[in-house]
Amino acid sequence: MTRVVLVDDHQMFRTGVKAELGPGIEVVGEAGDVDSAIDVIKSAAPDVVLLDVHLPGGGGIEVLRRLHGSVTPKFLALSVSDAAEDVIGVVRGGARGYVTKTISGPELTDAIGRVADDDAVFSPRLAGFVLDAFAATDAPSIDPELDQLTQREREVLRLIARGYAYKEIARELFISVKTVETHVSSVLRKLQLSNRHELSRWAAARRLV
Amino acid sequence: MTESTIVEETPRLDRRADGRLVAGVCRGIADHLGLEVVIVRLAFSLLIIAGGVGCAAYIALWVLVPRRDEPAQRDWTQFAAYGALILGLSFLTWASGLAKAALWPLVVGGLGVAVLWQQADRNQRQRWLRTTTVPLRRMWLRSLLGAFLVIGGIGGFVAQRVNAAEAREVLIATAVILSGVAVIATPWLMRLWQDLDVERRERIRSQERAELAAHVHDSVLHTLTLIQRSAHDSREVQRLARSQERELRSWLYAPRADPDQTLAAAVQKIVGEVEDDHGVPIEVVCVGDCPLTATLGAMLQAAREAMVNAAKYAEAPSVSVYAEVSGDDVAIYVRDRGKGFDLDSIPEDRMGVRGSIIGRMERNGGTATVRTAPGEGTEVRLELKRR
Repeated sequence: MTRVVLVDDHQMFRTGVKAELGPGIEVVGEAGDVDSAIDVIKSAAPDVVLLDVHLPGGGGIEVLRRLHGSVTPKFLALSVSDAAEDVIGVVRGGARGYVTKTISGPELTDAIGRVADDDAVFSPRLAGFVLDAFAATDAPSIDPELDQLTQREREVLRLIARGYAYKEIARELFISVKTVETHVSSVLRKLQLSNRHELSRWAAARRLV
Repeated sequence: MTESTIVEETPRLDRRADGRLVAGVCRGIADHLGLEVVIVRLAFSLLIIAGGVGCAAYIALWVLVPRRDEPAQRDWTQFAAYGALILGLSFLTWASGLAKAALWPLVVGGLGVAVLWQQADRNQRQRWLRTTTVPLRRMWLRSLLGAFLVIGGIGGFVAQRVNAAEAREVLIATAVILSGVAVIATPWLMRLWQDLDVERRERIRSQERAELAAHVHDSVLHTLTLIQRSAHDSREVQRLARSQERELRSWLYAPRADPDQTLAAAVQKIVGEVEDDHGVPIEVVCVGDCPLTATLGAMLQAAREAMVNAAKYAEAPSVSVYAEVSGDDVAIYVRDRGKGFDLDSIPEDRMGVRGSIIGRMERNGGTATVRTAPGEGTEVRLELKRR
C-alpha cells in the first residue's frame, strides 16, 4: 500500500482525486496550506506527497524548502498552471516529477507508483521545458557533465514530449524500459543540480518571450 | 466621462444673469479664467475698499461686457455678506488710519496666492489629467495672473520701505536668492514630475488589465452558463470547457506572443482552432522558436491537415503535437493512439495525405513521413530546413 498525503488548496479537487485513485493507494492525510501541510507530513510520514505548486503561505516550493534535509517523502508536483517558472522551480526544489491537473485517474495512480519506486515522472510539457532549458548555447558551462544533456537523454526527452510512453520509447530506441527510466532520472538529477547561470534566469526570461 | 467634457473650450468673457449678485461681472470673469467666483468677488471687494479702484473697474466691465442671458433672481444673502465686508473693512481702515499703501500690496499678494493655490487644487488637476486637449491657454493665463499679483504685492511692499537706489540692490539680492532656490529645488521637482509620470502610466496599464480581466471573467461566466445548459451533451461540454480553459490559461500564463510572427505561437493558434472545430483535445509542446516565413507557413498548413485527420478519423481520445526548432531544423510531429490506417491502401488519385501533406512538404523543400498501421495509431513527422 502506498501512503499518500494530498496537499492542495482546493478542497473540491482533493475530494475528486481521492475518489479517482486506484487500489493500492491510501490517502493518509490532507492539507490546504503550507503550515498544515508540514504538520500533516511530519505526523503521517507518507511515502509520496502530492504537492500543489500554488499554495497559500509561500507555495509548494516553501513546503519543499522547509522539509529539506529531514527524512522526507517523495514529492510529485501537481498544478493547474503549466507555466515554466512554476514547473522548473518546484522540480529544482526537490520534486521527482510534475503532472498537470488534467491528468486522468489511472495515469495519476501510475505516476504515484513510479515516484514511490524512486523513478521520475515527466509530463510531455515538462520534457519540453527541460529541452528548452538545456538548449545548446555558446555560454560556457561550469560543469559540463551536469550542464548538458547527452544525446541519448535528448532523444528520450524528445520522445516523451512527442507523447510516447516509456514502453514505446524503449521499443523505438531499442533499449529496455529500465534504461529509459535511468535516463529520465539522470535528467532529473541534472535539472536539480545544475548551476548553469542561465537555468535560473531562464524561467524568468521566458516571461519576456 | 462623456465626449463633451473631453474638449474644453475657454468660455468667452460675458456676464451671466444666474448666480449674479449685482451685474454678473464677477461671475463672468470667474468662468472665463476658470477661478472660483468667491475669489473674484473678494478681489473686487478689496479693490473697492482700497481707493475705490474696484468701483471704477466694476462699472467699466458692467458697461463693456455683454450680457449672455435673461435676468434672473439675485442671491441677496451673498450680496449682503459682501456689502457688509466692504463697509466693515472700509470703516476699519478709515478708523485706524492704516495707510492704504500698506494694505494694498498685502491684498494684491494675497489674491495672487489664492489664484496660484487654486492652480494646485486637486480637482482641477484631475480634470486636466483626464482631458486629452489640455487647456494650456487658460492654465498659463491663470498662472501668469497669480504670479503677477504675488510679485506686484511683494514689490509694492518692498517699494514702500526702501528708496529707489536700495530698491535695485534688493531686487538683485532677491533674484540671486530665487535662482539659488530654483537650483536647489529643480532636481527634486523633476523627480516628483517623473514619479507622477510613471504612476500615471502604471495606472493606465492597470486600468487596461482590469478591462481585459473583466472580459475574461465574462467569458468564463458565459461558458459556465452554456455548460449548464448543455449538460446532457458531454462532447459539447468538453469542447466548451476545453476552449475556455485554453483562453483563460493563455491570459493568465502566456506571454504576448504573436501568432503571425513566430512559429510557436502559430502552432498554438492552429491547435486551438482544430480543437474548437473538432472537439478532440490536443496536447501541444513547443521547444525553441523562430520567425515565420512563407515555407514555414506551408509547413503549418500541412500540420493543420495532419491534426484535422487525427481528430476526424483516428477515433483517439487525444492527439499530441510537438514542434521543435533547433538551429535551422524545424520539425513538427502529430501523433495519436487511434486506430491507424493502411498507408498503401489509399488510392493515388485522392487528395488528403498524399497531396496536402506529403506533396506540400516536398514542394517546399521539406519532408513528410507518415508512420501508421491499423490498430497502432498514427504519427506524422514534418521536417524542414529553414535555409
